Amino acid sequence: MTKPTDEISIVVRFAGDSGDGIQLLGGQFAESTALAGSDFSTFPDFPAEIRAPVGTTFGVSAFQINLGARRIATAGDAPDVLIAFNPAALKVNLPIMPKGATIIVNTDEFNDRNFAKANIERDPRTTGELNDFRVIEIPIKTQTLEATKPSGLSKRDAEQCKNFWGLGAVLWMFGRDRAPVEAWINKKFAAKPEIRAGNLMALAAGNAYAETAELSAELPQYRVGAAPMKEGEYRSITGAEALALGIAAAGELADKPILFAGYPITPASALLHYLSRLGELGVATFQAEDEIAAACAAIGASFGGRIGVTSSSGPGIALKTEAIGLAIATELPLLIVNSQRGGPSTGLPTKTEQSDLYQAVYGRNADAPVPVVAASGPDDCFDVAIEATRVALRHMTPVFLLTDGYIQNAAGPWLIPDMDKYEKIESNAPPALAQSDAPADVKRAIWKRNPETLGRPWVHPGMNGLAYRVGGIEKDMTTGDISYDAANHQKMTDLRFAKVASVAKFIPSQHVEQGSEKGPLAVVGWGSTMGPIWRAVEAARNEGLDVAQIHIRWLNPFPSNLPELLRGYDRILVPEMNMGQLATLIRDRIEIPVESLTKVSGQPFKIGEILESIRAHAGVAKAAE
Amino acid sequence: MNAPLTVKNFETDQEVRWCPGCGDYAILKAVQKTMADLGAEKDKTAFVSGIGCSSRFPYYMNTYGFHTIHGRAPAFATGLKLANPEIDVWVVTGDGDGLSIGGNHLLHVIRRNVDLQIMLFNNEIYGLTKGQYSPTSRVGTRSPSSPKGSVDRPVNPCSFALGAGAKFVARGVDTATKPLIETLKAAHAFKGASFVEIFQNCIVYNKDVFAGVTEKKVADENQIHVEHGKALLFSGGKKGLRFNPDTFALEVVAVGDDGVRECEILVHNETNRTLAHLLCEMAHPAFPVAMGVIYRDPSASSFDDAFWAHHATQGKRTGKVAAALRRGRLWTKKAG
Repeated sequence: MTKPTDEISIVVRFAGDSGDGIQLLGGQFAESTALAGSDFSTFPDFPAEIRAPVGTTFGVSAFQINLGARRIATAGDAPDVLIAFNPAALKVNLPIMPKGATIIVNTDEFNDRNFAKANIERDPRTTGELNDFRVIEIPIKTQTLEATKPSGLSKRDAEQCKNFWGLGAVLWMFGRDRAPVEAWINKKFAAKPEIRAGNLMALAAGNAYAETAELSAELPQYRVGAAPMKEGEYRSITGAEALALGIAAAGELADKPILFAGYPITPASALLHYLSRLGELGVATFQAEDEIAAACAAIGASFGGRIGVTSSSGPGIALKTEAIGLAIATELPLLIVNSQRGGPSTGLPTKTEQSDLYQAVYGRNADAPVPVVAASGPDDCFDVAIEATRVALRHMTPVFLLTDGYIQNAAGPWLIPDMDKYEKIESNAPPALAQSDAPADVKRAIWKRNPETLGRPWVHPGMNGLAYRVGGIEKDMTTGDISYDAANHQKMTDLRFAKVASVAKFIPSQHVEQGSEKGPLAVVGWGSTMGPIWRAVEAARNEGLDVAQIHIRWLNPFPSNLPELLRGYDRILVPEMNMGQLATLIRDRIEIPVESLTKVSGQPFKIGEILESIRAHAGVAKAAE
Repeated sequence: MNAPLTVKNFETDQEVRWCPGCGDYAILKAVQKTMADLGAEKDKTAFVSGIGCSSRFPYYMNTYGFHTIHGRAPAFATGLKLANPEIDVWVVTGDGDGLSIGGNHLLHVIRRNVDLQIMLFNNEIYGLTKGQYSPTSRVGTRSPSSPKGSVDRPVNPCSFALGAGAKFVARGVDTATKPLIETLKAAHAFKGASFVEIFQNCIVYNKDVFAGVTEKKVADENQIHVEHGKALLFSGGKKGLRFNPDTFALEVVAVGDDGVRECEILVHNETNRTLAHLLCEMAHPAFPVAMGVIYRDPSASSFDDAFWAHHATQGKRTGKVAAALRRGRLWTKKAG
């Protein structure tokens, strides 16, 4: 037997039918990675169809994990190891496999019937197309059925255990402990003893098989050590989970209950699901009849003194737009989470994109500005939810929080934050009034805004002596009464702009992630492109290129120092998963030329794609000197 | 404890801007009187409206008020009621706002049975946009958008509400203040979504569209005021409603010497859903139009009660985020 190879980082991809339990398998492997102290980043890549016809290419579900003994910034450009549970999974993933990679195939599924389903003319094992790879053939189904016989499961149910068989084998390849997975199976299937037994048997059998079986090629063994990470307590977290917890934390820090109103939509629904389990944290979830009602109910809740939160993806956000305008006009707090996906229209519901930036910043009727903030990864979602809520309450405004399909579902290790280190979230207290105050004075007090933040007191039904009326018709700046006065409308419009602009005074200055604060080239990104940009800039710098990385969190307003900072570079390269929306925003707001690197394939950027672009731009920047 | 508030206390300092003679004025007065009669607390009362003439209503009520966007008042009201179930919430809407652009939300607020009152001012026309036909306009309504007469078949608001699963359905007339106040009080007392259709005369764009039913001299003949446990009589007791088992329908019959005996007349049972459907559907001129509380079934729990019973901690924060963060599998990184 060969010795395990030490890997600084390695990318593993599991692929099979959407009913094969691929996501579960991947999730469990990620857990075992976490417990071993390695850093990791995962990327679940599943089809829009729930159960597409078995064996077809469009029914392939995949889970990719990049694990390493160093900081892991992305789910990896190309897999080093692919485990393909059927021919369709092999066909779909083969184009992304680099030469020399290891491919494990489940030979039980390699038959004419499945080739036909996947539109494969000839068995790829015989055509030579796998010559550049190290192919390991394992009859996973046969082995699983054999191993699970004592469980008493039907053949159909027994076959379902094959993901755990595969996991058993992979755990051996990586020298990981089986015990945590066994503990998980015991708990998860406690009420179904036969399935529990079957899964445990499959897991053990896969593990033993990997160690002892004589295979077409020997199974490689890898040793991925612990990554240097900050000291402390960790857990694994997806973006959706972190957002849910962040929203609950914002409620706790503000000492206000949360009403979340949503409507099912991919990939935003996960947030509704997680939040609906956080009742004890003062979070109530309302599944509304549609996207519009969800936004309206959240605003109704804010009018009523709870923190209203709504969430959707692009098409749903479009429907909420009119209601968001009302929240702007009535100066009520509202958190709007957009889990962006490929579009337009239904587009690519399960694939990622960051193409709703225009929608968030510009996408309303009339002059209706709102603050916009974006999460840069799953581990960032918690803090971003707190910050966004803080701004909403401080300035009494709707706030857009942008995340995307990738962040929503991707997982990584997360240093559990210390709640005591977060500042309380202040809200604008209602005015203190005397019984003797005249009604006109009461009205003025209700609309007396904080001069720094332009947030008005959060007055709501149930507060004595403060009954007031408000609506979407333009209101007098000081009394709140309906006003069609021309000068007043100008003043109110100015106020709405000044309010959003004032947010810049409260957010951190823009910092440089890597590189110097001046130079020939800066790569400027936002949102979930953080990982690949970070890695690409690091690699470019290791090659000796003078390039800096800037990642913008607050997109409206920009941090006050951003214009000056960006003007310090000769060239600005903006990679984004859209056709150049941040690039437009920078040209609009800062009036400097920028160059776009765009990608709208439904897949995150590869490090290599950005690195290549950096090399090209840095080369030109050098030549121009 | 402060002295109970008067009608005057529920008026605001805002100039009421409906057209002179608009039925909305009478409804406003009736609602203000209802509030005073109920001893309502203005700080615990909120009027929520959409868009349209009727939806200006909150500006004229000295309570909390939210004038929202077209058709969506039920959704805002649901959010408000969930945010604070202590608040007495009234939704003000119209036939266009509630049954056209907002039909979906009206359906859902009713089926969920959110504890609030819905007043739908039905004038069978779009007033604020200058007179286009509405979803309750009768076929043939001539309007700027239907110069040759409308062809849409209208919706009957009370039948819609019942169909949506309403547990409380009532009807009234803008200027018939006394019975309207009684109906509104009954709606207020009901725990759940109470739906009240109010015939409202649009003096400018659809003048007297209900005159055949509401005018004093025909009211007795063309309306029937239903009351639980009482015979369904009208026209001063000379006519009544009888159930015809052969047609499975109601029929108008004369009562007394030239007609049937009073014991043959149906007795109103407000908990009978089938009867409620028949009563809602009665239209002039074949039938008298049913007024008052047509249907009331207090057996179902309200949505807000069920919602907060379902949220185990009643919305109170009993747990700590710090603890929730540590759910699941944890591992510790040591220095070095």
